[in-house]
Amino acid sequence: MTTSEKIKELISANDVLLFMKGDRKFPQCGFSSSACQILDATGGSYETVDVLQDPDIREGVKVFSNWPTVPQLYVKGEFVGGADIMREMYESGELSKIIPQT
Amino acid sequence: MLQPDEIEEIIKENLDCVFLKINGDDGTHFDATIVSKSFINQSTLQQHQIVYKSLGDMMKQEIHALSIKTYTPVQWEIIMEQGK
Repeated sequence: MTTSEKIKELISANDVLLFMKGDRKFPQCGFSSSACQILDATGGSYETVDVLQDPDIREGVKVFSNWPTVPQLYVKGEFVGGADIMREMYESGELSKIIPQT
Repeated sequence: MLQPDEIEEIIKENLDCVFLKINGDDGTHFDATIVSKSFINQSTLQQHQIVYKSLGDMMKQEIHALSIKTYTPVQWEIIMEQGK
């Protein structure tokens, strides 16, 4: 399986998926940490992929999304954006609308 | 160490900006405020992609993190009016 196929599979298998550095308990970067805090605040459930565990995914997801940085949020197969966009959408209430509530 | 004005120069070369300001003094983390006509009718996601594209390989190497705020000229005018 190519990296892009692997990424596609991850995205389609998870409604809300955050590519990040580290995991939600131990985020390895300030932006990944705030991305988790924002998702926690929406009250929805989400899965994470630690890009530090897989160099192919780490580089591959940047190409796949045409986005040079991590974290990256996918909701229902659609690329939503990075930490700045997540914050903006959270503040406007838009993010809570697109994330399925548990 | 990478300076904010070096980033400004590169963005200016590749993107027609009405207003552009980069802040950041640690050489790796930067904040950008950018106003451009190129953002008209683009989603925030697309606007940020335009900014990233203008920076090219810089995003891969020198810049660890760039926090971006983008505005169309009309949005920017409204913000300026509110600030008065």
